[in-house]
Amino acid sequence: MAIEMTYANAICRALKEEMERDPTIFTYGEDIAKQGGIFGQYKGLLGSFQDRIIDTPISEEVIYGSAVGAALAGCRPVVEFHFADFLFTGMSALVNQIMKIRYMSGGQGALPIVLRGPDGRARSAAAHHSQSVETLFMHIPGIKVAIPSTPADVYGLLKTALTGRDPVIVFEHKMLYGLKGMVPDEEVYIPFGRAEVRRAGKDVTLVATSRMVHESLRAAATLAAEDGIECEVLDLRTLVPWDKEAILASVRKTGRLITVHETWRRAGWGAEVAAVVQEEAFDSLDAPVMRIGARNVPDPFSSPMEDFVMPGREWVVAEVRRLFGKA
Amino acid sequence: MAIERRELTRLYETMVRIRVFEQRAEQLFLDKKIPGFIHLYIGEEAIAAGVITQLRTDDYITSTHRGHGHMLAKGADSKRMMAELFGKATGYCKGKGGSMHIMDFSLGVLGANGEVAGGIPIAAGAGMAIQLVKKTDQVVACFFGDGASNRGAFHEGLNWAAIYRLPIVFVVEHNCYASTMPTVESTSVKDISTRAQSYSMEGLCVDGNDVLQVHRAARTAIEKARRGDGPTLIEAKTYRLKGHFVGDPQKYRDPQDVDARWREEPIGRFERFLVEQQMLSEEERCAIWRRYEVETDEAVRFAEESPYPDPSEALSDLFVSDAGYDY
Repeated sequence: MAIEMTYANAICRALKEEMERDPTIFTYGEDIAKQGGIFGQYKGLLGSFQDRIIDTPISEEVIYGSAVGAALAGCRPVVEFHFADFLFTGMSALVNQIMKIRYMSGGQGALPIVLRGPDGRARSAAAHHSQSVETLFMHIPGIKVAIPSTPADVYGLLKTALTGRDPVIVFEHKMLYGLKGMVPDEEVYIPFGRAEVRRAGKDVTLVATSRMVHESLRAAATLAAEDGIECEVLDLRTLVPWDKEAILASVRKTGRLITVHETWRRAGWGAEVAAVVQEEAFDSLDAPVMRIGARNVPDPFSSPMEDFVMPGREWVVAEVRRLFGKA
Repeated sequence: MAIERRELTRLYETMVRIRVFEQRAEQLFLDKKIPGFIHLYIGEEAIAAGVITQLRTDDYITSTHRGHGHMLAKGADSKRMMAELFGKATGYCKGKGGSMHIMDFSLGVLGANGEVAGGIPIAAGAGMAIQLVKKTDQVVACFFGDGASNRGAFHEGLNWAAIYRLPIVFVVEHNCYASTMPTVESTSVKDISTRAQSYSMEGLCVDGNDVLQVHRAARTAIEKARRGDGPTLIEAKTYRLKGHFVGDPQKYRDPQDVDARWREEPIGRFERFLVEQQMLSEEERCAIWRRYEVETDEAVRFAEESPYPDPSEALSDLFVSDAGYDY
């Protein structure tokens, strides 16, 4: 059995279940307790855990760095980062402390820290509140990265993060909090490093994450109906670790690969995937690996310019047609 | 309140233990036995001794790049410390940290830290875990230099500790230089302890070369934190008798000024006091120094005889699970 819920409700459900089970979990960040999240995404959560959901000052360096101390003192901190855009204000605590302390200590103990919050584009919010920064955390070693696209996935991946022993950052998407989907009744833990085939196809593989999974699926429907091209759509779900084997298996079947992400095209995670695929499956490729990503500028405010910069389903349709010589 | 003779002896022994270790480390560095950089605590021993000897094993400390003294005062094994300085597999961090990053989570040492003020957010997190989740009477002593008091993390951290009334003793070791820059030129206040007022926190200013003054202030602050009455900022005024790092040409100061400061160094001052009080005979004094010379000899022998880590060990200790993940 499954029940329909929003992406935001699925996050609350995962937190609530794990906080009931584990008294050392506490969560803190800006506007999360009394306000219920800046998008209203945690409404109702405070009632259950008055002491363990804490509103903090706007002090990102301490919000992130404190997670190290809390974890080493035997707790499981869940840090809400308010906007991924503001991760940069506490980046040193995140990169130099959370992501390195276990390694630099020679592997003493565990660091069960979960950072989570909204990432990605927000319409006409301009570049201080609208950008996808997840690739940075794939590039710098020291944290596991989840980037779920559906209510069921954000639920199951967050459950895994909340019971793991390593630092995890979960990139939720600003434009997905209201998305509805079916989530299993029973508790589910989705392992990291397993891509999900969202649509099977034989002609070309589209690898996507987060909001671009939905855009790719819509593009695939158009391409099947209008061009007779069958796209296989893979949802990567986690970037660290990422499911190399699933992509290689799909590419060996289709012979073509397009990576699809909202983050910038230049050195986005698609570039890493493309490099590995040509190293390990060169003989299976019938065409160059193509990459779709935002144009290499900050996200502009005004809609005509924003739509020009940010990728959408039309970009995927056009790129697939070009790959098949139909442009 | 009077201090028992046994405690006075312990303060003296702790200071001597640190001094002997540091003098040896300096020589080993000059002899090119220790790679990288080392930052010596010579002249500042009274602060670590005065504060940390009053902590319990289950209390926490955060330390700095100049952290050997804090580690030794908390009871660290000089063999494993020296081995870490050498980069050997038997060191505290198995050769992944080095001098600036020695940690022992089981001793409550949540890390020396290569980043100025890096320990402040970590201390705030340990304080949150104690106060809000675990509800124990543990305390955290957070050490940093005068330079750190100009970083955002200091201001965020003090405000944070104040609003949640965290059990933290902040100790600023005012040694007159931040790297090569004189504190008088970099800092808007003469007494950093006055910055506590901005955060409705008690600020105490003591002569950091007088171990008894440090001890008295620390006792007050530790007892207050343990009672749940919140944090204190202690400023211990001292002087960095050595360069910023071993090998620092020190063109920014007059050697005659340094010579003058040697007359006020904390171990000689405390010795004179103990002799005056007839609590330290010449025989006892020699025995204590000899004991730590022997301990340090053994530490050096242990470090020299220990193996280097296997190069492939570089790939371990990042994560608890997915330990071999490397793509």
